Amino acid sequence: MVELERVVAGYGDAAGSTTVLDQISLTVPDGGLVVLLGPSGCGKSSLLNIIAGFVPLRAGRATVSGRAITGPGADRGVVFQDDALLPWLDVIGNVALPLQLKGLTRSAREAQAREFLDLVGLQGFERRAIWELSGGMRQRVGIARALAADPEVLLMDEPFGALDALTRERMQELLLKVWRATGKTIVLVTHGVEEAVFLATDLVLLSPRPARIALHLPLQFGRRHADGEDARTIKSLPEFVATREHVLASVFEQDPVLH
Amino acid sequence: MESVSPITLRRQLGRVALPPAPAAASAPSTIAVPRPHHPLALSLACVLVLFAAWYAVTALRWIEPLFLPPPQAVWTKLISVGGEGFMDATLWQHAAASLARVTLALAAALATAIPLGLWMGLSPGARGVFDPLIEFYRPVPPLAYLPLIVIWFGIGEPSKVLLIALAIFAPVVIATATGVRGTDETRLRAAQSFGANRWQLLRHVVLPSALPDILTGVRVGLGVGWSTLVAAELVAATRGLGFMVQSAAQFLNTDIVVLGIFVIALIAFGLELGLRALQRRLVPWQGKA
Repeated sequence: MVELERVVAGYGDAAGSTTVLDQISLTVPDGGLVVLLGPSGCGKSSLLNIIAGFVPLRAGRATVSGRAITGPGADRGVVFQDDALLPWLDVIGNVALPLQLKGLTRSAREAQAREFLDLVGLQGFERRAIWELSGGMRQRVGIARALAADPEVLLMDEPFGALDALTRERMQELLLKVWRATGKTIVLVTHGVEEAVFLATDLVLLSPRPARIALHLPLQFGRRHADGEDARTIKSLPEFVATREHVLASVFEQDPVLH
Repeated sequence: MESVSPITLRRQLGRVALPPAPAAASAPSTIAVPRPHHPLALSLACVLVLFAAWYAVTALRWIEPLFLPPPQAVWTKLISVGGEGFMDATLWQHAAASLARVTLALAAALATAIPLGLWMGLSPGARGVFDPLIEFYRPVPPLAYLPLIVIWFGIGEPSKVLLIALAIFAPVVIATATGVRGTDETRLRAAQSFGANRWQLLRHVVLPSALPDILTGVRVGLGVGWSTLVAAELVAATRGLGFMVQSAAQFLNTDIVVLGIFVIALIAFGLELGLRALQRRLVPWQGKA
């Protein structure tokens, strides 16, 4: 469980300081899939970076399973928009890296890495070079690698932002499959409204800078897909469309420029 | 991002130093870097024309053999110096002596330059301390500080190796520090989020990230080091290609001078080709990811 209590974050010094997050309180329940949605530059990635431990807080409290977050750690795995894979390692080398850091032997870590590669549908690609893979496959490697570290929470920073529309839909379905198979708690950042409504168990809409929580919606569409309902069917449901339009209207309302 | 520093570095080194372009089948590049092609036929034709001109002007006796010996005289010297030797050593012994010096100097330079470059890349303090020192001696020609090295370290083998090592040292330090600073921030964060400690970050992310730049630095350094050879062998050497050329010059054996120049150039060319192959093998991802 991730708990944020009145978190304040910003950058700059005393002379010129910008507040990015203003008193954000949020609880990410175990096994939940919390989606942080907001316009570009609203601070949703900053919030994720705080949970990841990459960015320090100015005020407030951030904890994972009760432990205060003081820096990056293996209990929080991160998937980045620009995959951040290491090109000097092949596919399985990348996925096995977190296990190598823990000191596992080569055969032990590769056996585990293979399982995660199977889970994301990349069996047979173990020895491929990273630069031979498409964007979608790279993100699958990134997800498998983050899972290999066996984190309590999976943090995903616009993981499908750079993918084409079709690949994006496939990846959303893959993510739900992985979520169901592993039971991991996931925090995902996106600017895609439909993606957010489809995936989230908790949709959190952030206002423009300094970010506050503008809307917090419990949703079930992702769970329904994970339970077997077809993705396109869900996305065409009147209730799905209504929710999407409602969230979209809230996004426009939040943004003075778009409004 | 990560592509910026190697590209600017390679630009500074000039197009000649660029590794061969990847096959045309690779993904279209986002920046329009001119892909060098290899007009091999043109290069060969140019060399042939030069040799023909060389032969012609000497055969027609337009130039005295003392000033420019004919190609066949140089070839004859290759056979005789290769077999009987010159100044108490065969050509191969001279070459081996020079190569041994350069190899020793390279090992010494790498063993010190790569750790220092890593440190300078990671710590602004270390950069502040060492950057002016390196930039101070780097542009000074080795011949200018050779007397000082001889006064300090004598006329023996250590002085020669030190002179070459100093020439290799600077480009490797600079390239290593540049490579380290070019490490992708997101990759560091990724490794940190998998629990990597400082040492593991260095070993698994920083060092491999810097490797393409380090290898480019070694190529440049080895080129400079090899060209310092003649200066290093000016003082009290009894063997070595540089020593051979100088001794031959004193006896006006122009054919041996020309032969020595050819051998020095060919070895340098071979080293460069070898390092390029090593670079392709060790960093196949360069420019691709």
